[in-house]
Amino acid sequence: MPGSHVVGEAAVRAGCRYYFGYPITPQNELPEYLSGRLLQVGGTFIQAESEIASINMVLGASVAGGRVMTSSSSPGIALKQEGISYMAGQELPAVVVNMMRGGPGLGNIAPSAADYFQATRGGGHGDYRTPVLAPAGCQELAELTFVAFDLADAYRTPVMILGDGLMGQVMEPVVFPDFIDPKDLPKKDWILDGCKGREARAIYSMLLGQKGELYYHNVHLQEKYDQITAKEQRWETKYTDDAELIAVAYGTAARIAESAIEDLRQEGMAAGLFRPITLWPYPKATLRDLARDGRKVAVFELSLGQMVEDVVLSVGERAEIYFYGIPGGLIPTPAEVAEFLRSAAKGDEKVGRRIEV
Amino acid sequence: MNAEVAYKKVFGRPESLKPNPTHYCPGCGHSIAHRLVAECLDEMGLREKTIGVPPVGCAVLAYNYFNFDMVEAPHGRALAVATGVKRVRPDSFVLTYQGDGDLAAIGTAETIHAANRGERISTIFINNAIYGMTGGQMAPTTLLGQHATTAPGGRDARLHGRPIDISAMIALCEGVVYVERCALTSFKYIRRAKKAIKKAYQCQLDDLGFSLVELLSPCPTNWKLSAADAWNWINNEMVKTYPLGVIKDTTGYEDKK
Repeated sequence: MPGSHVVGEAAVRAGCRYYFGYPITPQNELPEYLSGRLLQVGGTFIQAESEIASINMVLGASVAGGRVMTSSSSPGIALKQEGISYMAGQELPAVVVNMMRGGPGLGNIAPSAADYFQATRGGGHGDYRTPVLAPAGCQELAELTFVAFDLADAYRTPVMILGDGLMGQVMEPVVFPDFIDPKDLPKKDWILDGCKGREARAIYSMLLGQKGELYYHNVHLQEKYDQITAKEQRWETKYTDDAELIAVAYGTAARIAESAIEDLRQEGMAAGLFRPITLWPYPKATLRDLARDGRKVAVFELSLGQMVEDVVLSVGERAEIYFYGIPGGLIPTPAEVAEFLRSAAKGDEKVGRRIEV
Repeated sequence: MNAEVAYKKVFGRPESLKPNPTHYCPGCGHSIAHRLVAECLDEMGLREKTIGVPPVGCAVLAYNYFNFDMVEAPHGRALAVATGVKRVRPDSFVLTYQGDGDLAAIGTAETIHAANRGERISTIFINNAIYGMTGGQMAPTTLLGQHATTAPGGRDARLHGRPIDISAMIALCEGVVYVERCALTSFKYIRRAKKAIKKAYQCQLDDLGFSLVELLSPCPTNWKLSAADAWNWINNEMVKTYPLGVIKDTTGYEDKK
């Protein structure tokens, strides 16, 4: 199954019954899949008039209690950021999938990972955070789609799945988690379903009051983000126990780095991989610990250097940090990444460069 | 004679309105429009199944006054939000309450496409030809020659474009079953508006399609007129650009009678 269909099928199995989106390459296979699949399970699919309309339909479906998602690609996600900010402020759960493409502007439709800042630094306005899950491969896409819906509901927040155009189109076998019947999901006691037998409810993010209402709302949101940071960090390590060099990469870049490391291991080089799965919250303490004892850290991204800032924040001056990035539109081979890792191990900067902290 | 016999309550606050004083200026049409929306919900027994979406604009705080479930939408997106609500809860009664800037400028796309999809939503459209909340800037519906803080010297067709008639535009869409323009500027007109709002609600209950009632509404503060002059200005000037009456009606309700 191609990755885009995997997300769609996993969403349906996770109890999602509502999808609103607008076509953009390279993620059209996902809405195409759901346009038929959701009808089979009694759900609703609307191809909206814009990304802006679709994220606001998501907002409405969420406030009414539905498990709901939307998807897009980089410039389309930019258009959704206003709605994502509102949903963060109104504490409304939803899953937003970004299959990243090259930018800035229209860029191109080839895979890229240049939306790290957009995803992890908010993108929209205001003091808020969006949990971001970065799968590497179809099996993890399926599993993390379930996780995304559960996190969204548990913390009443929009959650982003950050993939790329390659991941959306690559075909891999998948074992799906079991079906969840939406009726079996935990009841939400905050939704709008008509005020029969209770006080009327309003859900809003504008807090004009003179008694610090907005201040306390932001403090409440921050407490939630602190809780997510403490409890929800995810990562994977490979060959790190005896590693002298720790490669750091996520998503598709991590798959390429993993192949490179396997080749380097055959050559006898002690390289390992640290792959963050949650990009926010970033697994800082784990990476910091891995960067001990004079190990070198080598960051590889499908961008010109975005996640590397979180690596710097995690590692600081504890280790030498090297960076190698390829901007949108090109996918390097494992051999090229292996070349970078060899160079980083030697510290000669022939491929990539040293990051001064 | 005891009090029960001597006094009969003939007028009161609709249950669909909370007992809160509003922030609206003296002479503003929102208070009348709120009351009509609420009275119609009460009389049709809809309050407990209603989910409303207010605009961004002067009525952004409508949830402080309406006594039913409400969700805030970003500026202009009320009909997209309402679409999401209605698709999840088809048995709920879903209404949007939007001003001209919200519905006919920044939210034009959401308005036209929700209408064209024939969403089972009833929309109350407040047209006061000005941006009230932000302090009197030109609205998409500002009349030619009308002064606004961003149209000094009055709106000019060549410079600013002509006022938009969004109600007539959406009437072209197949999914729209009922559009009427009313005014809040005489007792007769207000009664007519109430009838129109009830009919728009009925379209949704009967699963016919999208319905909209446009209400020409006074803004004495930003028009810099007295309340009485603001009523007169609507009745004498505004109706020339926005004539009152039914713009579209494919409900067949009158035929059935």
